[in-house]
Amino acid sequence: MQCDECQERPAAIHLTQIVNDSVTTVHLCEQCAADKGVQTGATVAKFPLSDFLASMGKGGGASNQSPVGDDTAECDHCGGTLRDFRESGRLGCPDCYRTFSGHLRDLLRRLHGASQHVGELYMAAVSGGSGDAPGIGELRDQLRRAVESENFELAAELRDRIRVME
Amino acid sequence: MTFDINLVPDGGISWLDASGPDGNIVLSTRVRLARNIDGQRFTVRSSPEDNQVVLQQVERASRASRALHDAPLIRIDHLQPAERQLLHERHLISRDLTGLEADGNVRAGAALLTNGCVGVMVNEEDHVRLQCLKSGFALTEAYSDLERLDAEMGGQLAFAFHEEFGYLTSCPTNAGTGLRASVLIHLPGLVLTKEIAKVLQGLSQVGLTFRGLYGEGSEVVGNFFQLSNQTTLGKSETELLDHLGDMVRKVIEYEQQARHVLQRDAPTVTADKVWRAYGLLKYARSLSFEETMNLLSGVRLGVGLNLISDISVYTLNKLLIFAQPAHLAVREGREIGDPELSTARATYTRQLLEADAAR
Ligand SMILES: [Zn+2]
Ligand SMILES: [Zn+2]
Repeated sequence: MQCDECQERPAAIHLTQIVNDSVTTVHLCEQCAADKGVQTGATVAKFPLSDFLASMGKGGGASNQSPVGDDTAECDHCGGTLRDFRESGRLGCPDCYRTFSGHLRDLLRRLHGASQHVGELYMAAVSGGSGDAPGIGELRDQLRRAVESENFELAAELRDRIRVME
Repeated sequence: MTFDINLVPDGGISWLDASGPDGNIVLSTRVRLARNIDGQRFTVRSSPEDNQVVLQQVERASRASRALHDAPLIRIDHLQPAERQLLHERHLISRDLTGLEADGNVRAGAALLTNGCVGVMVNEEDHVRLQCLKSGFALTEAYSDLERLDAEMGGQLAFAFHEEFGYLTSCPTNAGTGLRASVLIHLPGLVLTKEIAKVLQGLSQVGLTFRGLYGEGSEVVGNFFQLSNQTTLGKSETELLDHLGDMVRKVIEYEQQARHVLQRDAPTVTADKVWRAYGLLKYARSLSFEETMNLLSGVRLGVGLNLISDISVYTLNKLLIFAQPAHLAVREGREIGDPELSTARATYTRQLLEADAAR
C-alpha cells in the first residue's frame, strides 16, 4: 500500500479519522507521518535499537570483552555472536548479557536511559537459586560486585544480610 | 487435536464485561512480565528439546502456584492455525506465540496456561511471559495479581537475573523489570477534534508508546489505541505503572474534554455520525472488519455521549472480539473467506444488536 501523501513510499502508519460524514483511514509512510507530527510507537521503538545495532561492531560500542570492531566473538554458552544479535535483534541466552556486557550496557543506556535495574530484586538468584543459603564469603563477594556495578539497592540488601550473619 | 475453547475458564474473556473502572473509555488493562530460565538458551537459539524442558519446568511451577494450579495447559504447538488465530483474537496469546507471522511455523513447546485474568505464555520470545488482563482501567489490580504469581513462579524456577541489568530477556528492550503495561483505550473524541496527533506525540516524549488493537506492529483501527511504557529498565515497577497511570488519566481527561467540545460546538454533526454508524452496523448486509471497527467506534461514542441507550458497552466489546475472522469461522463451523466472511460478520452483528435492543 502506498502513502496517501507522497504517493511514493510504502505506507507504514494508518490513522483512522472521521472527516465530514465518513470514516476514513489515512495511510502514511513514516516520513510523511513524521512531517505531519504523527509519531508512532513502532518508529520510536524500532529506531534506537536498529540504529544502535547498525553501528555496533563497526567500532561504535565500547567493549571491555572483545576487541573493538570484532563482532564474531562467541558467547561460551550459546555460541551466539554480536553479529547474530545485530541481525536478529535478539540475544541467544542469559549468558550473552555477561559475554557482551560492555556493548549491552551502552545499548541499554540508549534504549532505557539507564543500565542499572532498580526494580524488584530476584532473591532466589541472589542466593544461587539452589535453596542453600550462601556463605558469608559469597555474600561479601556479591556485595563487592554490587558496589562495583553501582547497584546500591542490592548492596544495601546484601549488607543487611551480612550484618545478620556476623 | 481439536481444541475446545470452553476449556478456558470464562473463555478467557472476563475482561470484556466492561465492569472495570472507566469501562466506557478504557476497554482493558494488560500487564506482563518477561522472564527466562537461567542456563537455558532463549527460544531464538533453542532446540525443540530445550523447549520441552522449559515447558515441563514451567508447568510444574504453575501447578505449585495458587493462580494456575488447576489451569488448563493449552499446547499451542498442537493446534491448527485457525485455533491459534482464535486465541490471539481473544487476546490470550501474542502474535509471536501463534507462529502465524513470517515463516508461519509454531515453536515447539509453545503453550498457554490460563485461569481467569492471569496466565502464562511458555516458549514465547522469552521462556516465560506472565500476563494479567483486566476489564477497564486497572493497572494496580493487574500488577498485584501478577506480582504474586511472579513470586511463586520465581520460587520454583531459576529466573535469569543480573545484578546490574535485572531480569534478562531475549530482546534488550524488555530487560530490567521485564514489565510491559498497556491500556486499551478508545479515543474518538480526540480523533474527531484532530487533537490525537498532539496527544500521541506528547506521550512519546514522556516515554510512552502506542500501538493498535493487537499490540506490537498492529495498526490502529476504530480509534482504539494501546498505550504502554516504552522503557523497562532504570525505573521500578511501581514507578513505571504510576507514570503510565498518571498519563492515561490525563488522556482520559483530554478525551472527555474533546467529547464535550464536540457536543457543544457540533451537536448535530456528532449525533448524525453516531446514528449513521449505528444504522450501518444494524442494517448492512456485508461488513469488512475495518469498517465494523470504525462503526463500532461511532456507536461506542454514541453510548458514551448518552445518545444511544439501548446498546450495552459489553455488547460493543463482544463485537470487537467475535466479529473477527477466526471467531466467525468457528460460528459457521468451517473456514470462510470473503465475500462470505463479510456477510457472516454483518449477520452476526445484526443479531447481537437486535438482541440487545429487545432487552
Ligand atoms: Zn509519504
Ligand atoms: Zn549466549
